[in-house]
Amino acid sequence: MHDDIQLDERGQLRHFLTIERLPRELLVDILDNAERFTVVGDRAVKKVPLLRGKTVVNLFFEPSTRTRTTFELAAKRLSADVMNLNIEASATRKGESLADTLRTLEAMNTDMFVVRHQDSGAPEFIARQVSPEVSVINAGDGRHAHPTQAMLDMFTIRRFKQSFESLCVAIVGDVAHSRVARSEIHALKTLGVPEVRVVGPKTLLPVGLETLGVSVHHDLDEGIAGADVVIMLRLQQERMQSALLPSGHEYFHTYGLTPKRLKRAARDAIVMHPGPINRGVEIDSAVADGSQSVILQQVTHGIAVRMAVMSMVLGSHAQAA
Amino acid sequence: MNKHPELDVEALIDEITDRLSRRIAEQKLDDPALIGIRTGGVWLAARLRERLGIETPLGELNIAFYRDDFSRIGMHPTVEPSQLPFDIDGRDLVLVDDILYTGRTIRAAMNEIFDYGRPRTITLVVLVDRSGRELPIDANVYGTRLTLAADEHVKLLGPDPLRLEFCATRT
Repeated sequence: MHDDIQLDERGQLRHFLTIERLPRELLVDILDNAERFTVVGDRAVKKVPLLRGKTVVNLFFEPSTRTRTTFELAAKRLSADVMNLNIEASATRKGESLADTLRTLEAMNTDMFVVRHQDSGAPEFIARQVSPEVSVINAGDGRHAHPTQAMLDMFTIRRFKQSFESLCVAIVGDVAHSRVARSEIHALKTLGVPEVRVVGPKTLLPVGLETLGVSVHHDLDEGIAGADVVIMLRLQQERMQSALLPSGHEYFHTYGLTPKRLKRAARDAIVMHPGPINRGVEIDSAVADGSQSVILQQVTHGIAVRMAVMSMVLGSHAQAA
Repeated sequence: MNKHPELDVEALIDEITDRLSRRIAEQKLDDPALIGIRTGGVWLAARLRERLGIETPLGELNIAFYRDDFSRIGMHPTVEPSQLPFDIDGRDLVLVDDILYTGRTIRAAMNEIFDYGRPRTITLVVLVDRSGRELPIDANVYGTRLTLAADEHVKLLGPDPLRLEFCATRT
């Protein structure tokens, strides 16, 4: 038995739960495969028959529009059949346990579960429950990980910056509550980015970040100075209600990215954001809609990256069968 | 495996150039566009395009997403994606591959082409038409025909120079 549930005996990706511990070659494989899938979106028929006859269940225990939609579109462009289940509003409310819900869905011969859950570790729990020929993809769990978001960000960075070897990347905002930031840090380090900075107020940065090989900054101007890539994180409204922060207005004053502040970054720096953006809270509209923003390209890339991950995990079962 | 005659690729290319050029005239193909199947087919299509003086850029097809063996083999190693830099609709297409064997590659290639649009015609050109067809697919133009046993294979190596090699395993 392999100790990493994500990989099979041949080192192929079986489940995609976290970036942690995955080898660099595998991340590069995902990016290269995604590159091949981007052309599909430009064609008259935006579909390839790779996963024809496979059944994908989007299991969302937490609401999401963009992630669920891009996963759904990715599966459909691979010709899989997709079901969207908003569990929050159905079975668990009727008292059915997670294990029972899974058994029911497996009985429908599901090949893949795409799971979003408010609890960290839920997708891994599900991956350990399902039968061996079923794959699980983490679409965001608690504060833990959001690996496909991190990979689409890596894809976007590679597209605009060609390589990772000499980059400086700044991640700005609520790192403490961000599964995106955590997965991004692991991906950036694994892919060999020499300088990763995290920038934010003390209340929103977890302790011990330095052990991940990043530098910590509390001043935005200092944190983004000379950066090639600036990743802004979404500030959750509830953080302000819970007294971790004074107000949205004040946050914008200290940590909001404005055109003037962006000038401190490298001249050709790109600005990314996982969305949905809070205009006037973490980012100025002039930056979000400006020429350095690649926020909408991130969304397009997300489809290709999810197509790549889906076909890789389902492809891993091939020889095993 | 030395029982096979040495095949002169350049002479075979001369052969298919002549036959294709005659066919274009006979069938009144209008401004045909060439599409090569990666990788050997692309090498050949590039040569044909040059010799026939075709101006339309070369189309390149990577049929990995259309193969019928995904559930047996999984994802194929990364190769360059397909590129069809011209409008397919109503077009006379010439599909080029190095070896025609089971016919499954051609089936996959035609499926992919139709996801780009609806061509008027497709003409199939291959360098070597070998025995072992599993699907009702035939070449319109071929360089040579070979009868080979199931454990005998021929492949095109290249791009410079192009040469045909006989081997015992299919790669």
